[in-house]
Amino acid sequence: MWEYTDKVKDHFLNPRNAGPMKDADGVGQVGSLACGDALKLYLKIDDDGIIRDAKFQTFGCASAIASSSALTELLKGKTIEEAQQITNKDIAEYLGGLPREKMHCSVMGQEALEQAIKNYRGEAGPVAEHDHEGELICECFGIFEEEILKAIEENDLKTVEDITNFTKAGGGCGKCVPDLEELLAQARGDKAACPAPEPPSSPSSGMTNLQRMRLIEQVIDEEIRPMLQKDGGNIELIDVDRTDVYVRLLGMCVGCPSSQATLTGLVEARLKEKVDPEIVVKEG
Amino acid sequence: MQTIYMDNNATTKVDPDVLNEMMPYLTDLYGNPSSMHRFGGQVGSKVAEARLRVANLLGCDPDEIIFTACGTESDNTAIRSALRAQPNKKHIITTRVEHPAILSLCKHLEKREGYTVTFLSVDESGNLNMEEFKKALRDDTAIVSVMWANNETGVIFPVEEMAAICQERKVIFHTDAVQAVGKVPIDLSRTPIDMLSLSGHKLHAPKGIGALFVRKRLPYRPFMIGGHQERGRRAGTENTPAVIALGKACELAGLHIQDENTRVKALRDKLESGLLETVPHSRLNGDKEKRLPNTSNISFGYIEGEAILLMLDQLGICASSGSACTSGSLEPSHVLRAMGVPYNFAHGSIRFSLSRYNTEQEVDFVIENLPKVIENLRELSPFSADGDDGASCATPRVTE
Repeated sequence: MWEYTDKVKDHFLNPRNAGPMKDADGVGQVGSLACGDALKLYLKIDDDGIIRDAKFQTFGCASAIASSSALTELLKGKTIEEAQQITNKDIAEYLGGLPREKMHCSVMGQEALEQAIKNYRGEAGPVAEHDHEGELICECFGIFEEEILKAIEENDLKTVEDITNFTKAGGGCGKCVPDLEELLAQARGDKAACPAPEPPSSPSSGMTNLQRMRLIEQVIDEEIRPMLQKDGGNIELIDVDRTDVYVRLLGMCVGCPSSQATLTGLVEARLKEKVDPEIVVKEG
Repeated sequence: MQTIYMDNNATTKVDPDVLNEMMPYLTDLYGNPSSMHRFGGQVGSKVAEARLRVANLLGCDPDEIIFTACGTESDNTAIRSALRAQPNKKHIITTRVEHPAILSLCKHLEKREGYTVTFLSVDESGNLNMEEFKKALRDDTAIVSVMWANNETGVIFPVEEMAAICQERKVIFHTDAVQAVGKVPIDLSRTPIDMLSLSGHKLHAPKGIGALFVRKRLPYRPFMIGGHQERGRRAGTENTPAVIALGKACELAGLHIQDENTRVKALRDKLESGLLETVPHSRLNGDKEKRLPNTSNISFGYIEGEAILLMLDQLGICASSGSACTSGSLEPSHVLRAMGVPYNFAHGSIRFSLSRYNTEQEVDFVIENLPKVIENLRELSPFSADGDDGASCATPRVTE
């Protein structure tokens, strides 16, 4: 059973401002039946740009309903400009916190709000459409790169699990997990405010092909193989095609669950360092 | 507030007679059955009695019963044993709707250990296709593992027929009968099933005890290595109070199986038809006939299962759901997806699983109160059958 705060339970069992609004000035709908949760937010806005009333309809779990209820309470009496400052964190805080796995419910609230404001300004229809920039990352839940990067940035997310908790991306088939890892690295890399280091000049620059191959062989023989042999494994160099290095893992490495980690974490990392940062190691 | 417990496929109440039977072995009679003194020996003879009681329920020999810690251990032991006994066979057949104890293990074997696994599909009623099964059998099939009854829908698979086919092809057949034991008559002397898993806490014994039936002369490799307990087939000091409890629970299950299939079934049917008739946009998941007598899986369209469960919880009603939000993953249950239940219904599925402790008053209370819960949540929902063009929901069956 989820650990819901009393406030979440209260807003779930006694939702405030539930139901449709006939004469709304702005409507925002996000989510879908397929995704398992959806929120339709209605705003009544007066001539001074103050939100006089907010109502919601939600399909979803207890925390989705409570988040929607909390959002409408937060919105009433605020100006549009103030409302725009509300983030998913404010919704979660208002409820005394949400289980981490349920943070995406608060994110849904924030997205519905953005859509409703756009709709009020005549910039968009009531239903969120995926006009996101960038790539579709999670096919299961239709989550785009832009949304993921935004969630990472605003909530200071540090792991792929966090991304799934906040955006649902990666929570279906899991195929996009490597993409999420990459986005995370990218976002967190950008965050480190230090200037990007100059790409290290490749130790093999200026070498002939033959010299380069000999260097690869030497690094494998002298540095990589002894490490694998310590665990009863071995490695064979099969071919080198420009920056693609083909190898075969032998002995105990065969069928070892961490053989992929060995390939990238040890073999590739060492060759990148000693020969050429562009090198990609493949199992041949 | 009263508790109306209708989640017996998750776990069951320990029968008071079972508790009485095990209690002395938690207090005064704490001896180790392996000991040479009479103090331990008397526990050993009680363990032997428990083994006989389990065997009697299943129609097998007591020597064919191995006590384990849970259904999951029984399942893992069975599959691993078959694979290690036949190192040249690298193919496994199971179904898409197995319990994670089998499904996750098979996916692990496929991904990490080089096995090929065929996951048999089910139709919209949750039934298997026997032609698909026969075609899937290969010369290098090491084991076929098919659950006797599905934990979410209660749908019963033709495991005896499948076991006969496997016998002809000389393939080991295992069944996860955790949900079936005590509800479906089982006679292992009349079917060529090679291995069968069961779990104590699903039939009114405590948690932490399971059993694995392994047919005589079947090649077997132990999972737990250590002492000589269970004749070397499962090392580790016996959980004697729980073993004795399981024995008693099996004896009682034999006495109650008729009741399960008449009175409990009638209660289930009353609950089911009562809800399907009064709640609009509700549907039954799973084959209506070929099903456990205690289980009913009903979807309420356009609302979400976790919200329904928490509302029911306020009324003291315990049930479970195949919705995404309750499972810890973000997708609805793999069983409902394999059956192709459309999303507008899959997220709102509720499983009621009854036991001999449920009463007609309880069933009436649920029929009376649940429709109001559904109505309240539907009032909150932006979706309804009126505006449903089906476009967002027409999801094909998962074919992974």
